[in-house]
Amino acid sequence: MAISLTINGASHTVDAEPETPLLWVLRDNIGLTGTKYGCGIAKCGACTVMIDGKKAFSCTTKASAAVGKDVTTIEGLSEDSSHPVQVAWIEQDVPQCGYCQSGQIMAAAALLNQRPDPSDLDIDAAMSDNICRCGTYRRIRSAIHRAAEIAQG
Amino acid sequence: MKNFEMDRRRFLVTSSSAAGGLVLGFHIPTAAHAGRIMGDPWMAAEGGQEVNAWLVIDPDNTVTIRVGQSEMGEGVFTGLPMIVAEELQCDWSKVKAVYAEVNRHVRNKAEPYMVAAGAAKETDGLYQRMSTGGSGAVRRSRLYLAQAGASARERLKQAAADTWGVARADVSAEDSVLSSGSNSGTFGEFAAAAATIDLDQEPAIKTPEEYTLIGQSLPRLDTPLKVNGSATYGIDVRVPDMVYAAVEVSPVPGGRLVSYDFDAVKDRPGVLAAHRLGEGGIGVLHYDLGDVAQRVTGIQSGVAVIADSYYRALTALQLMPKEWDAGEFGDVSDESIINGALEVLANPDDPTYNPANSVGDARAAIAASDNTLEATYVTPYLEHACMEPMNCTAHVTADRADVWVGTQNPPRALSVAAEEAGLPEEQVHVHTTFLGTGFGRRLRQDEVRQATAIAKAQGQPVKVVWTREETTKQGKFRPYSTYHFSASMNGDSKPEAYWNRIVSHSIFNHQIPQFLNEGIDRQAVEGLDARLPYVFDHQQTDYAIRDSHMPVHWWRSVGASQNAFAIESFVDEMAHAAGADPLEFRLALLPEDSEFRNPLEVAAKEAGWTTDLRAGEGMGIGMSEAFGTIVAQVAYVTVSRRGQLRVESIDCAIDCGHVIHPRLVQDQVESQVVFGLTAALYGEIHIQNGAVVEDNFDQYLMLRINEMPEVNTHFALSGGEKWGGVGEPAVPPVAPAVANAIFAATGKRVRRLPLRNHDLIG
Repeated sequence: MAISLTINGASHTVDAEPETPLLWVLRDNIGLTGTKYGCGIAKCGACTVMIDGKKAFSCTTKASAAVGKDVTTIEGLSEDSSHPVQVAWIEQDVPQCGYCQSGQIMAAAALLNQRPDPSDLDIDAAMSDNICRCGTYRRIRSAIHRAAEIAQG
Repeated sequence: MKNFEMDRRRFLVTSSSAAGGLVLGFHIPTAAHAGRIMGDPWMAAEGGQEVNAWLVIDPDNTVTIRVGQSEMGEGVFTGLPMIVAEELQCDWSKVKAVYAEVNRHVRNKAEPYMVAAGAAKETDGLYQRMSTGGSGAVRRSRLYLAQAGASARERLKQAAADTWGVARADVSAEDSVLSSGSNSGTFGEFAAAAATIDLDQEPAIKTPEEYTLIGQSLPRLDTPLKVNGSATYGIDVRVPDMVYAAVEVSPVPGGRLVSYDFDAVKDRPGVLAAHRLGEGGIGVLHYDLGDVAQRVTGIQSGVAVIADSYYRALTALQLMPKEWDAGEFGDVSDESIINGALEVLANPDDPTYNPANSVGDARAAIAASDNTLEATYVTPYLEHACMEPMNCTAHVTADRADVWVGTQNPPRALSVAAEEAGLPEEQVHVHTTFLGTGFGRRLRQDEVRQATAIAKAQGQPVKVVWTREETTKQGKFRPYSTYHFSASMNGDSKPEAYWNRIVSHSIFNHQIPQFLNEGIDRQAVEGLDARLPYVFDHQQTDYAIRDSHMPVHWWRSVGASQNAFAIESFVDEMAHAAGADPLEFRLALLPEDSEFRNPLEVAAKEAGWTTDLRAGEGMGIGMSEAFGTIVAQVAYVTVSRRGQLRVESIDCAIDCGHVIHPRLVQDQVESQVVFGLTAALYGEIHIQNGAVVEDNFDQYLMLRINEMPEVNTHFALSGGEKWGGVGEPAVPPVAPAVANAIFAATGKRVRRLPLRNHDLIG
């Protein structure tokens, strides 16, 4: 079955069942493998993308639910890693293994869309959906504060 | 907007190899190609002059350094090139890193100059130690990496000296520039000549006082790839004509798939095939608990469903009717396993004990004492919970096999794939990807065997992905362990006798029984045998093995991860029984020249160690030596009146001797605190009806950002000859430091992990 989706500003028509999780459409049908599979039940955040600028777990979002909406993945957050969250992540060398970081970055970017200057409590509330098995949490917190500074000039 | 899909599919054409076989090459041009590491880190450097097997120099002075260890977050793609570059004296801003090629490692031995320098044996493979584990990336490869850099530098200098008619001693090398008097040239200009030069004598490597690059906290080379989605992990690999496999094998090790009904799902969209795995099905080596090789990587009975997308394969697998036979272990539980061990522990005369350490006569001293302290400790099975679920992509043809996998042991992956493919090792190519963590799990290669068998049966490239549930249930677990301690206190602050019995599931007995030493698994008794830091007039440690049907495996810091909890908690119990300050008590039990003293004192000082805290607040100490490194920690916790625990801060003092990259070490310490705290708070694998109960992160809980304590890393470096590992040793002290802090805060002594099972209301 054909489904048409708008991903990172480009339209894609893919052959997939409507109930297919957006995660697998992104990864297998479109080849955007930056969005990761971690749990499949919205308990780790590795699959986090933005739909219409808001955080979404692509592993529990049906592809059909993304039709007509703007989906942004890590590959589309910026052309050249210039989004404030990416800049802060590079400055502070946040990633270790890096596997969860696409999801962390997308969740952080979505948080800044909602709260341009988040407190530590805001960060805890927004980011505790995302597991990092390397334990980069201190740098994630610090880089989100830094990204807020960069975004505000 | 760039069309990403087209780029992803712009593959190199296939071409014939020297052996006449098809070479499957592919190329994924991403923005990352402009960076210093490619998104696909196994891709060979193109062009340039190889000066030796470890480094290639381009005409523009770009130096590509090959990395023989796996990048799973610890930073080997930055730290190891720094060791080479320190000696090469090249321009660091033009250093690139790429994986060393494992097929070449298997085909070729260490280079003659390396042997001549005494940094390799003639029988070593080209890249020497390619397995990443045991916190060994720096301590086990530093000497030969430094030699590779130094020997290349001296050849570059000799090439310039020959051209200029001067002595090599009069040529200097700095930032990729060679100079002597008014002569000057670049590494790029002399690389080709350098590659042909033989030296009478290989140069000595630098001593730490001479380092200029090492010791700097340089930006990680892999960071740019990890903020834009371009780093390729095993699960991201895409190969032309690739199909996808979802797999399910017996949830009980040794159980079997009785039947499955592929007809019920074969007409679903995209579904291509099903393959029976293990017994009665595909695979050269099938699972059998009774045989070491078969129980380590043998293919479990089960089934793979193949489709044109992963979700289609997975859906068909889940909908397909299947009937299982649990086999002979269908009534085993974690309770039955651990209770069996506790029965042995309760009987000091059980004939299966073997002595791991004996000084004086501890048993008699304790029997004669009228003031003894006894305690029993228990730690559970644990799963690694790698962030990236297990996966492997393979392609097997008549004369060549290719495997793409995030593995901690590429040569072992290659050998397993060769065995399954039925090909000589020379015809097998393992392309190591980035690893979404490893923690030891990716040393096993069971997924490589399974994927190779499936790809061979399917006759085309197959990407095998395990669900999170399959990854957890088919885990290879950190063993349970049980401990009984007895000590004679005799009314003063220095106990006279110490006797410890340990009963556990032995990794050695499961995987490498030939390395048991008179019944002792040296990892199971790590830190508790002669390696116990404390001294008693009489001390004895006995060990007995009680295995179960569960597969066990190395897990970040292995035996120390649980032994430190037991001993450091019991030492705390002894201190309280003696009415002593736990810090002073430990110092009194350590020999005067103990290497533990300085890290312990540094951690205590930096944490502001005190026992004078309000009710509900506590500090606790834990320390351990693992992989040549000592770590001491002080945890500060609060426990609310309702029993809510919060780990507020952990101060860690580390003595790993020397440091290549201070911030990477600090990041590692923080990582290990999170890993150790996750296990201490939540970690527990239950077994019911022979199978693992936990399947996903809703049941197997992980520490999250809102629970992250303040972590302060303090270097307490002793220098000298000591080069300790840094990938694991900060894990073990966490659980005892926190448990001892809980005791200080509440008076509740936790003797069985995890902490979440305990009511902490004071």
